[in-house]
Amino acid sequence: MYGRLPIVKMLAATVALTAAICAVMVPINWDGQQASTAAPKIDDLLTVMIVLSAFVFSLVMVMLFYALWKFKAKPGDESDGEPIHGNTRLEVAWTLIPTVIVLFAGGYSWSVLNDIEEPAENPLTVSVFSQQYAWSFAYPGKDYAWSEGEFHVPVNRQVQFKMHAQDVIHSFWVPEWRIKKDNVPGITTTAIVTPDKVGTYQLICTELCGFGHASMRAKVVVESPAKFREWVADLDQKVPPALMESVTDEQFEPTPVGTGGA
Amino acid sequence: MTAAIKRPGWIRGALGALAAAAFGFGLVLALRAISDLPLYQTEQTGYPHLIVPLILAPLGFLAGFGCFDYWLRWAAGMPTIPEDHSQHGAKSWKDYFRFNTDHKVIGIQYICTTFFFFFIGGLMAMLIRAELAQPGTQIVDAATYNSLFSTHAVLMIFVFVIPVFAGIANYVLPLMIGAPDMAFPRLNALSFWMLPLAGLLFIGSFLAPGGAFDAGWTGYAPLSTGAPLGQSFFNLGVQFAGASSIATALNFLVTIIVMRAPGMTFWRMPLLVWANLSTSLLVVAATPFIAGAQFMVLFDRILHTNFFDFAAGGDVISYQHIFWFYSHPAVYIMMLPGFGIISEVISTHARKPIFGYRLMALALIGIVVLSYSVWAHHMFVAGMFSWLRVPMMLTTLLIAVPTGIKIFSWLGTLYFGKIHTYSTAMLFSLAFIVTFTIGGISGVMLGMVPIDIHVSDTYFIVAHIHFVLFGGSVFTIFAGIYHWFPKMTGRMYDEKLGRVHFWGTVIGTWGTFIPMHWVGMDGMPRRVADYATQFGEWNLLISTFAFILGAVQLVFLYNMVVSWRFGPRAGANPWRANSIEWQVSSPPPIYNFTEIPRVVGGPYEFGVPGAKHAIMAGEGTEAAEKEPSVVGSP
Repeated sequence: MYGRLPIVKMLAATVALTAAICAVMVPINWDGQQASTAAPKIDDLLTVMIVLSAFVFSLVMVMLFYALWKFKAKPGDESDGEPIHGNTRLEVAWTLIPTVIVLFAGGYSWSVLNDIEEPAENPLTVSVFSQQYAWSFAYPGKDYAWSEGEFHVPVNRQVQFKMHAQDVIHSFWVPEWRIKKDNVPGITTTAIVTPDKVGTYQLICTELCGFGHASMRAKVVVESPAKFREWVADLDQKVPPALMESVTDEQFEPTPVGTGGA
Repeated sequence: MTAAIKRPGWIRGALGALAAAAFGFGLVLALRAISDLPLYQTEQTGYPHLIVPLILAPLGFLAGFGCFDYWLRWAAGMPTIPEDHSQHGAKSWKDYFRFNTDHKVIGIQYICTTFFFFFIGGLMAMLIRAELAQPGTQIVDAATYNSLFSTHAVLMIFVFVIPVFAGIANYVLPLMIGAPDMAFPRLNALSFWMLPLAGLLFIGSFLAPGGAFDAGWTGYAPLSTGAPLGQSFFNLGVQFAGASSIATALNFLVTIIVMRAPGMTFWRMPLLVWANLSTSLLVVAATPFIAGAQFMVLFDRILHTNFFDFAAGGDVISYQHIFWFYSHPAVYIMMLPGFGIISEVISTHARKPIFGYRLMALALIGIVVLSYSVWAHHMFVAGMFSWLRVPMMLTTLLIAVPTGIKIFSWLGTLYFGKIHTYSTAMLFSLAFIVTFTIGGISGVMLGMVPIDIHVSDTYFIVAHIHFVLFGGSVFTIFAGIYHWFPKMTGRMYDEKLGRVHFWGTVIGTWGTFIPMHWVGMDGMPRRVADYATQFGEWNLLISTFAFILGAVQLVFLYNMVVSWRFGPRAGANPWRANSIEWQVSSPPPIYNFTEIPRVVGGPYEFGVPGAKHAIMAGEGTEAAEKEPSVVGSP
């Protein structure tokens, strides 16, 4: 009744378009510099998703533009198309294949999530306090040392941030670490990150918190453990008494056995 | 004069609003006086002497305008005034400014009102992009900026995208199922008149001390519970928009279930009807949650109920759970009716039956069911219980399956068809497939927890929501408006101007929202009045395309207004479509049908020899006598 479609050619065009999109998009460093152990894992997941998405997008484009090229009505043609109401095998295929793809993507994401949130044995705990429109940091393990607007962490050791908001919700984001977590008034939230590159970064507030939201930033320094210890020792402020109840005593120095996260 | 005061209408409406406001104001002052409180409480979260009148004045207006007259008379045992049928239909533009129970008049009222708010919200978007064209502060300060993007989003969501679909369906759906009107015409009119009140409350918040609400359209507590007075305007406006939405959804449900013409079985309903059935199922069950969330914020603000006050034992995160339990389904409330429009347009202009009609309808129902189980994907970094993330991720990803079914089925519909692309409606439908595929892909990425942790609350989110809401919903709205314009007005629009609008909109949309993905991934947070200089060039590019996108909407406005007045006459069925609304004149007669049509087949039987969807009055021999005709409104 009706002609056959050039399925092989269409698939070849889809693969070619996918390859072309990937050739452009995969080499681009979308997320910027990587500075934590989580960053390459998240970026790899993104790359896999870009490849999968490029395929889906190419398939839709090839299907769409082939149809527009092949089945466009001639001027003046008032007749109807073929009365095809469906094709059960095709419909089952485009229900089941996407289900398998998204479940694969879900399983992969799940494993990445478990991986990047795996607690290490001997993490450094840093308490984070946020308020409109400033960040403060405490090192409870080191005599409750207190720093405003800037914090340092040692390289290659897992850091657990215990976060507290004092007025409205703020959110803690260091793009190079790929880690983000809201600071919520009334509860303590936790973010886990293992910085693996020495450098200076920016902490950005990503939850709308008022007119000063855009400028609510802090300086982040990742440095060698020796320099880090020096910096903390030089801090001359202590956690304000009003905030002491939010801060629990934690280990500061890594224990000799199992230098966690390294 | 006394006659004008007694007659329902603008004068009685204005008096009703004034009287209700004065009563509310007096009540608050009297209660405060006898309680020995200072008469005026002007903490920024208080102002009871303004809030109570603000609640009562819209109700007073509705009562004065005549929305409740029939019911109140009936409830009081007074003789009810039979519908004045001379008011049915519209003879001049003035008739659109009256309380009217005709679904076609209400449909046009909806569409014009919502597009009014679309252009106001669009102007705000232009101001936002002007401010963001360069780093630093140029046009508005940070607080005004926050008000602008909050109001922009609220206008677009609550008084444009959601109700404009209700407007299109209001006009088209009763005709499509062969009904003389909606099931509850008076409720229908009330639903409409609540809408401009909601929009006015949102815009009016700019006049409040402290400026318009500025906690985003999400209004997260505790930022919203402590915000200036404008936030209360938002809390109240959402109640009116929400009540309007719920009442309309109930009306659609009953209309679709009980008012279908004889022979119109569920499996013979056009997909637009299926889409509105699904949407209404979402609205009636989900919308009460946002109403509740905003009442809780309002009560926290003026009554100190402390739902979300952490210092008094409140739970901050619970706001987000309640809010998103509505606002995720709301995403589909803003998309499913568009899916229906696309199905109608593509099938008609490809001259082909919808590919896999039943699976298309089931996919809609699948989306309805799944969309109630994904809300916490907006909260992956919010500090909620961490074990909730993975199940919500899986259900989120699974929504891609029914959505994919729809995309592939539209593509399948094109194959072996005779595709006509002369209509702007068809161009928008085809472009919708492309942009919505991209929006869907970025949606799947956002559903994956590790990627979401990085891009949550960045410009990647802004890019995604605009791709699905502008490239998705608004494209379908344009497709629907162009498609049914000849039916609604009886005149043709200018296809040349339609093409200018189409290409400008496509180029503007891509140029504006594609680069936002990148600046977001690269480190630019959303909702910021200022940003790091490294993003300056990208933002200038984005703003340039945004201005193109904004300007080209004026072409659309001109085309619609001028064509409505001067366009060439359109016939009853310019697209040669099958569904029932095209078998009556353009615009349709006042009561739609002289006789209720009889449905004898599916709505998309293009190319099937001898197939017919419906037998209209005067057609066939057995049509009239055997079927009981359903006339009049209950």
